[in-house]
Amino acid sequence: MAEPVARRWVSRPHRVREDRRFVTGHGRYVADITPPGTLHAGLVTSPHAHARIISIDPADALELDGVAAVVTGAELAKSTEPLRQYLSLPAVQWRPLAVEETRYAGEWVAAVVATSRAVAEDAAELVGVDYEPLPAALDPEIAMRDGAPLVHAALGTNVLANREFTWGDVAGDFARAESVSRVRVRWNRNSTVPLETFGVVAGWDGDRNLLDVWASVQMPQFPDQVADALRLATNQVRVHFDVDVGGSYGVKRGVKHAVLAGYLSMTLRTPVKLIEDRAENMHGGDFHGPDRIFEVDLACTHDGDFTSIRIGVIDDEGAFPGRSPLQLAKPIGAIVGPYRIGSAAYTATAVATNKTGQVAVRGFGQAPTNYAIESAVDAAARDLGLDRLAIRRRNFIRPDEFPYRIPSGTEYDSGDYGAVLDKVIGLAGTAAKPGLATLERRRDELRAAGKLAGIGVATCLEPGGGNAIFENIMNPANDKTTFPEGCRLRVDAGGQITAIISISSAGQGHDTLVATLVAEELGRDPDAITVVRADSLTGMPSQSPVGSRMAIVLGEAVRGAATELKDKLRRIGAHNLGVPLDEVEYSGGDVTDRAGHRLAWPDLAAIALRRQHLMPPGEQPGLEVVHVAHTPRSGELARPDGTVQIYPCYSFEAHLVLAAVDQETGVVDLDRYYLAHDCGTIINPDIVRGMVLGGTAHGIGVALYEQFAYSDEGQPLTQSFMDYLLPSTHEVPSIMDAEHCTPSPFTTLGQKGAGEAGYMGAPAAVASAVNDALAGRGVGPLLSLPIKPADVWQAIQGRPR
Amino acid sequence: MIVNGERRACETAGRTSLADLLRDDLHLTGTHLGCEHGVCGCCTVLLDGEPVRSCIILAAQADGHSVTTIEGIGAPDGGLSGVQEAFCQAHALQCGYCTPGMVLAVTALLDANPAPSRADIDEALGGNICRCTGYVQIREAVELAARQSAARG
Repeated sequence: MAEPVARRWVSRPHRVREDRRFVTGHGRYVADITPPGTLHAGLVTSPHAHARIISIDPADALELDGVAAVVTGAELAKSTEPLRQYLSLPAVQWRPLAVEETRYAGEWVAAVVATSRAVAEDAAELVGVDYEPLPAALDPEIAMRDGAPLVHAALGTNVLANREFTWGDVAGDFARAESVSRVRVRWNRNSTVPLETFGVVAGWDGDRNLLDVWASVQMPQFPDQVADALRLATNQVRVHFDVDVGGSYGVKRGVKHAVLAGYLSMTLRTPVKLIEDRAENMHGGDFHGPDRIFEVDLACTHDGDFTSIRIGVIDDEGAFPGRSPLQLAKPIGAIVGPYRIGSAAYTATAVATNKTGQVAVRGFGQAPTNYAIESAVDAAARDLGLDRLAIRRRNFIRPDEFPYRIPSGTEYDSGDYGAVLDKVIGLAGTAAKPGLATLERRRDELRAAGKLAGIGVATCLEPGGGNAIFENIMNPANDKTTFPEGCRLRVDAGGQITAIISISSAGQGHDTLVATLVAEELGRDPDAITVVRADSLTGMPSQSPVGSRMAIVLGEAVRGAATELKDKLRRIGAHNLGVPLDEVEYSGGDVTDRAGHRLAWPDLAAIALRRQHLMPPGEQPGLEVVHVAHTPRSGELARPDGTVQIYPCYSFEAHLVLAAVDQETGVVDLDRYYLAHDCGTIINPDIVRGMVLGGTAHGIGVALYEQFAYSDEGQPLTQSFMDYLLPSTHEVPSIMDAEHCTPSPFTTLGQKGAGEAGYMGAPAAVASAVNDALAGRGVGPLLSLPIKPADVWQAIQGRPR
Repeated sequence: MIVNGERRACETAGRTSLADLLRDDLHLTGTHLGCEHGVCGCCTVLLDGEPVRSCIILAAQADGHSVTTIEGIGAPDGGLSGVQEAFCQAHALQCGYCTPGMVLAVTALLDANPAPSRADIDEALGGNICRCTGYVQIREAVELAARQSAARG
C-alpha cells in the first residue's frame, strides 16, 4: 500500500474556487436561463392514486389569453417513445404524461404552455379531466399478493423484480450458529429534496435539427435517453453542462421533464421552460427515494463472532421503475458492511405501488442497507449481552486483511476500521478524560435531569467510484461494463492551462477538484488553471457525478491526460535539447536533460503552438490531449451467482451520538455528535468535510423527521415543507469531526469517494442512540425510520404501535 | 422602491410576488425560489434592513420601501462583504442555492448583534434551510465574520 506522501496542493487547505460566485448570487441555475421567445409550461396533475382517464377537455384553458397549447398524454405518446427503464418489462410504459390511466396522485396528466408560468398555472386549473377511480395498491407487502389491485394491469403482477443470491454455506452456517439475531426494520419513503426543484429549458433549432437542453441535471446517459424518447438521433440533443445545479444528492434526473419540454419546443418551434414548483417536485417529479422493509438474520457464536448474514428486502418502487430497482443491487458490493462474515444471502424484491416513482438517492441503496445491517449488529449485542462497540471491533475486517474479498464477490480496497473507531471515541474526550467515560458521564447527567438518554454508534462503508455493474446484476440483459469519465487538457500559446470536463455540478466543487488534480499532476499553480464545461456533443464520454466517483474516475482521466501531455512536452524538449527521449525529465513545467539544460514551460508551449520549425518531425501542433478513463477495477460482467467487483473503493465512517429524549413529548435532541471518516487521500479538505457534515445532517433528517407519508387512499400527506420536515439549525447539532487516511491502492493518489459520506451511517447511529435511551426505560427498540416524537412517546407509554 | 440603493419604478400585476418582480422584471436572479411557501428561506431579502421571504411578500407591499438583495450586499469597492468573505473562508456552502438568503440573514443578524452566541446564530438562521452543509461550516462562517468584523473595529 502506498505510504501517504507530501503533496504540493492535494490534501492541503485551498480556497474552493466555486464559492465566490455563489456568495455573490452569480450562480447560473436553470431558472435563471430564459432564451428569447421562451414559453412556460404548467402541469395538470392527477388527484387520484389510480384512475382511468375518461376525457380531457382543454377548451376553457385554450381560451385564456396567453395560452399557446395544451397537450395530453395521448398526443405526446404518438410522437415519443416510453422512457428508459432497466428491467425488461415492456408492459410497464413510463411516460412524461399519463396515458389512459393515472397511477399515482400527482402524476402529470396534461401540460399547458403559456407566455408566463402564472398564466400556465391558471390555464392548468381550467383543463377539465374526467376520471374513473380504480382500486389502488399501496402497501407493498399486500401489493405482492395474488388478487391485489394491479398498478400495471398488462404486467399481471406488482412484482417488478425478484433476485435471490446465496454466497457461501449460508444454510450450514445458520445451522451451526450458536445464536441468531433477527430484526425487521423499516426505512420509510423519503428523498434528498434539494432546495432547487428540477427545471429544464429546451430549445429546438429547426434549421440545424438540434435540440438544446439546459437542465438542473445529475444523470448518467441523460442526453441519450432524451434523444431516444424524442426519436431524435443521439447527436441531435445538446445538453449544456455549464448550468449550476441547486443540490441533487442523486435525484436530479428529470428525463421525463426534458422529453416533455423538448417535445413542446419542437412542436411550438420556440424554447419551452419547465420549472417545477415545490408540490410538483415532491409528488410529480418521480424523485422519491428508497422505501424498504428489511428482514435481517445475523448468525453468531456465543462470543459474538458473526458467521453468516441473511438479508431480505422489499422495496416499494412506486408506480414506475426507472433506475431505482438497480438500487437493490448496488449494496451487494458491501453486503457484509465492515465485518468479517463468511457467507451471505440476499433476496431483493421490487414492488410497484400507486405512489410516486423512485429515483436514485445518495448512496444508491447503501444507506438503508447499512441501517439494516447496523440494526442487526445492535440486536446481536443485545441478545448476547455484549457491548455494541466491542462486538463491532471484534468483527471488523483487520487492516492486514486487505484487499479483502467479501462473499458476494467484491474486494474491499483498504481500511483501518479500528483506528477510525478509536478516533471518534477520542473526539468525545480528551487525553486526560477518555471519550467513552466522558460521554457516559454526560448521558448520566441527562438522565439525572429527567431525560431518557442513550449513546448510539454506527460503523459503515461508503462504496465509491461508481460503475454501473449493478445494472447487469439486476438484469443480465444490461451488458454495460464501463462507466467512463473524461478530461481534456489544453495548453495555449501563452502557456496557460485549461481543463475541460463534461458534467454539470451540484455543489461538489468539481472545478476545484480538477484544478487541484491537474496542478498536482503537472506541477503548475492551480489558481492559474481555468476549468470549463463542454456540452454533451463537444465533451468526452461522461457518466455524471454519481456514486461518489469523481475524485476517483476524474482522477484517472486527469492522470491519463497529464501523462500524455507530459510525454509530448518531453518529446519536444528532447528534440530541442538534442538528446534521446529517455534522457529528459519533466518537472514543474520544464523539461531538463541530464546535463541540466532546460527548456522552460513558456518555450515548450510556444514551440508547440507557433514554431513548427522547432517541432519534432511528425508531431501534431498544439498541446491538446483527451483522456477517457474507465472506473478502476471495472470491465467484467457479473457471474451467474451475482458475484462481481462492484465499486473499486470503500470509504469508512464511524458515528458516535448521544441522544436525549424528552419523556413528556417524545422529542429527541442530539446532545453530542462525533464522527470520524476515512476516504483515503483527501483532495480538498474543506470540500470533503462539507460533504461529510452535510450528509450527516441529511441522515439525521432520515432518522427523525423526513417521510413522504400517504393516506390509506393513496393521497400524499406531505405536500409542502410544512409537512416534509428538513432539518434546520435547530435540529442539527454541533458535529465534531475528524479524518483518517487509509489510501486506496487502486486510485491515482490513494483517494476514495466522499460524496455520499455521513448519510451512510447517520440514520443507523441516531436510531441506535434513541433505542439505547429507550432501553434505559425498558422499552423499544423502535425499528422504523423516521422515529417520530409520537413513536417515542407511545413506546414510553408502553403502547407499541 | 429602492433596490440595492437605486430607485426602481416598474408596473406589475397585483398578484406578483416580490421575488418574481426581482427575478423576472429586475433580472436580479441571485434571489432564489426554493419552496414558494415561506419555509425554506432561499428567497430571503432585506426589506428596510430586516430579512423577509420575498416569495410570500407581494411586490406591491414593497412599494416605497428599501430592498437589499444579494447583488447589493458587496463591499463598496466591488469586493466581497465581510460575511461573504467569511462564507468563502469557511466553505459555508456547496451548491449555492440557499447561499444568497443565508448571507442576507447573517448580514441582518450581525448588524443587530455583532457578537452572537451559538443560540443566537441558530435562532437567526432557523428559517433558512441548507440541504448541503449541515450548517456546521455556516455557523463557523458566522463566528468568523463576527470575529473579523470585531478585529476591524
